[in-house]
Order: sequence, then structure tokens, then C-alpha cells
Amino acid sequence: MLDLSLLVQYGPALLRGFGITILCWGAGCLIGMVLGFALMLLRQLPVKPLRWVIRAYIEVIRGTPFLIQLFLLYSGGPSIGLRLEATTAGILGLGIYGSAYFAEIFRAGYQAVPKGQVEAALSLGMSYGAILRRVIVPAMLVSTIPAIVNMMAILTKETVVLSIITVPELMYEMQTMAAETFATFETILGMALFYWLLVEVVSRLGRRLEARVTRFLTHASPQGSSSETATARA
Amino acid sequence: MTAVSQTVPLSRTTVQGDAVPMVSIRGVGKSFGTNEVLRDIDLTVSKSEVVCLIGPSGSGKSTLLRCINFLEVYDRGEIRIEGKLVGYSEDTPRRRLSNRDLRDLRRNVGMVFQQFNLWPHMTALENVAEALVQVRGMDKAAASAHARRMLDRVGLAAKADSYPARLSGGQQQRVAIARVIAMEPHLMLFDEPTSALDPELVGEVLQVMRDLAADGMTMVVVTHEMGFAANVADKVAFLDRGRIAAFGTPREVFHESTEPRVQQFLQTYHERNSF
Repeated sequence: MLDLSLLVQYGPALLRGFGITILCWGAGCLIGMVLGFALMLLRQLPVKPLRWVIRAYIEVIRGTPFLIQLFLLYSGGPSIGLRLEATTAGILGLGIYGSAYFAEIFRAGYQAVPKGQVEAALSLGMSYGAILRRVIVPAMLVSTIPAIVNMMAILTKETVVLSIITVPELMYEMQTMAAETFATFETILGMALFYWLLVEVVSRLGRRLEARVTRFLTHASPQGSSSETATARA
Repeated sequence: MTAVSQTVPLSRTTVQGDAVPMVSIRGVGKSFGTNEVLRDIDLTVSKSEVVCLIGPSGSGKSTLLRCINFLEVYDRGEIRIEGKLVGYSEDTPRRRLSNRDLRDLRRNVGMVFQQFNLWPHMTALENVAEALVQVRGMDKAAASAHARRMLDRVGLAAKADSYPARLSGGQQQRVAIARVIAMEPHLMLFDEPTSALDPELVGEVLQVMRDLAADGMTMVVVTHEMGFAANVADKVAFLDRGRIAAFGTPREVFHESTEPRVQQFLQTYHERNSF
């Protein structure tokens, strides 16, 4: 029957697996966002073939299962001389997978930047680089934070796929535990707990971040709440 | 880059005479597809002059204004600011200027927009200081101090730390004006600066503009405020379907013009504003 001591016995392995999951997820998100942002910027260039290539990349990545992409990278990679360790392949795979979605999120955010804010900067003689850093990206953050956080939460759950190419992450450790102990119920319970914890943390941090980047949008608020924020920050 | 530009004396006491005009527009035309929005426009703005562009909506006033700092590309003719060709090289056939050369031109030409276009994530002070740091290369402290003086000049020193969302439309537009004058432009362009404002807020913005005119700022103003045009402008240009249909002093355009389109426009204006 239900034997919670198993969770204690396998605790260290599970925690290690959890650590690897976090690592893969964090690094994958970072690569995905950097790559996605670069793709979005390149897409703004008036070079048609480049746009087609990027669009094809995004469509293919979004239109095929993550598992297949991962197999291609990890198992198919060596045939073109690309030999990656399981964890490296997992991180890179997550990054590539995420980049297609982040590129689309950023593109929507870029297009939503009010044209007038950019024109004001142009008319003052600001360079494109300065406008990007000081005007466009801050405006994009406001409109895309919910979508970014959502995508990050989705990617936490995609990390389980990495177990299939033997990345020793949480899912992999869980499966090992299940195979050695036949304790299916405990395993599922443990898994649910860990992933729920991860998603919960991500979305909480996301809400905080959102509140932070949109704080200037609040109109004159009732005195109570504004003094509250003042004390909270002090 | 083109040859060294003719330098124009910056002192406000310069006699106009033969000096290079601040803005010189010759035979300018522009089309959106088959739609000709500007046709053969000629207009000269001398230093310290205030020129108002008026006319029915869709007549091309805003497009013409936006061509002056090349936010809008003109197809034919030429626009010169202090003798320098706007947006194109001096070669024939001319080619479009690089973004870098455009920036050099734009830093001397300020623009105030109908929708204010303040950056919402920056306070009023940061909005004004931003271009001082990014374009003029001032350090942050000096830029802030200068920005504070500019806010004071438009009567908003007390609002320095407010975000735009907490300011009224009139206050936002005054911050936008402070943001421009902080750059010490030689020329200011106003694109319907009071059209997005509640009627009771129009006055404070017009007052700031009057003060600028009195200080000798060269201004080109697209406006529906006929009172401002009549009292402050040195010259008024009436545009209709992409052409300048009447041009002259406010008296000449408002009271002496026999151009039927001007008379019709003014009559409509009077009818709408009387009750």
C-alpha cells in the first residue's frame, strides 16, 4: 500500500533529478528567449529570403512534436558529426523548441509597441540601438510578460520528455524509482508534487514580475494602496 | 557625407535678409500609390518665424510636416533645413541618407505629436532627460538637472517624478514640449498638439507655445486652433487636397483671401464653434 518512506529513501536521487530538471529548464528558457529575440529582430530586416527561412524554421519547430526534434538532435546528430551529451542535447533541444514560440511572442510584442513612441525617439535623433533598448524592449515587456511566463510554465512540463534520451532529470529518476520498487502510486504522487511546485513557483514569480514592470501604468490610486506599496518597498 | 553645411548664425538677433532660410520647401510631392497627397508644395520658413498649416482633414498638412524631419518620405522636390537637404544625398541621382545622417539632422529639429508619445515607463523627468543622455551624451546628473529646468519652464517642476499615466493630457503635452526644447532645437514641428486634449486643457499648451514663439523659436504648426493661428502665426498656409491654396499673413488668409475653399473652410469652422 501507500508507503511514503520510499519518498524518503529515494529523496536524494529525486532532489538531484529535480536539480537537473531546473537546470535544463532554466538554460533551455534562456537559450530559447535569446534565440527567439534574435530571430524576431532578424525578421524585421527587409531581406525577404531571410524572412522566409526564419518563418520556415518557426513553422517546422511549432509543427512537429518536441520528442521527434529531440531524437533528431540526439540520435540523428552523430550522423552529421554532432555528438552531444544527453543533458547538453536536452538543453539545446528545449532552447530550440522554445525559440520558435518565443520568437512569435516577441514578434507580437514588437508589433504592439505604439508607433508614436518610436517616432518620438526617432525625431529626437536616437539611434535604433538606443530606441530598442530604451523604448521598444520596455514596452514589449509590458505586453508580453504574461505570454512569456505562460511559455516558461509550458516548458517546465516539456522537460519530462528529456527522460526519454536518458537525461537524469526528475522524470528519469522517478521512473527508476518506480521500476525498482513497483511503487507506482508513490511515484506518481511525488511527480505531481514536484511539477506542481515548479509551475506554481514560476507563475508566482511571473505575477510579481508583471506587477513590477507594469507599476507605472497605474493611474492615481486611492491613498491606502499607494502607501501600502510604499511601505512594502521600504 | 555631404560637404560642410553652411553654418547659420544661431543668435536670435540675426537680421533675416539674405540668410539661409530655416526651412525651404521646393516643388515637394508625395504619393501613396496612385493617391497624390502632396503636389508641388513651395514654402519658406525664416528663422524665428511661426508658420501655421491649416486646412480640412486629409489635405496633407500632417504629411507635409512629417516630411520636414523625414518621418515621412517625400518623392519629388526638395526640402532643406538650414540649407541641408533633408533625407537625401546631394548627388544626382539622389539616394536616401543613412540613418546616421538622418539622426544628425533630426537632433536639431524637434517634434511635438498629437498623441504626446511620452514613454510610459519613464517619469516626466526621465522622459526629458533620455535623449540628453542617449543623443547629446550628457552624463545622467547633468541631464537630470537640465531636464528639471525644462520641466520648470513648462510649469511642471512639481510633476518631475510622476509617470505619464498620472498626468493630464495637457500636462503630458507640456512634458513632451519640455522633452523637445531640452535638446535646444533650431526648429520645432507641432502636429496638431492640442487636438487630443479636452477643451479646458488646450489653453495651458497654447500658452507654452506662445511663450516659445515669443522667445524666438522657429515653429511650424499644424493646427485646428484658428485663434492661435490668427494671433501667433507670422504666416498661415491653407492646404487643400495636397496643395497650398492660400498663403500669407493671418490677416491676408483669414480676412482678405478670396479663395472660395478658404472661405468655405472658415465658415464651417465658425459654425461649428458657435452655439
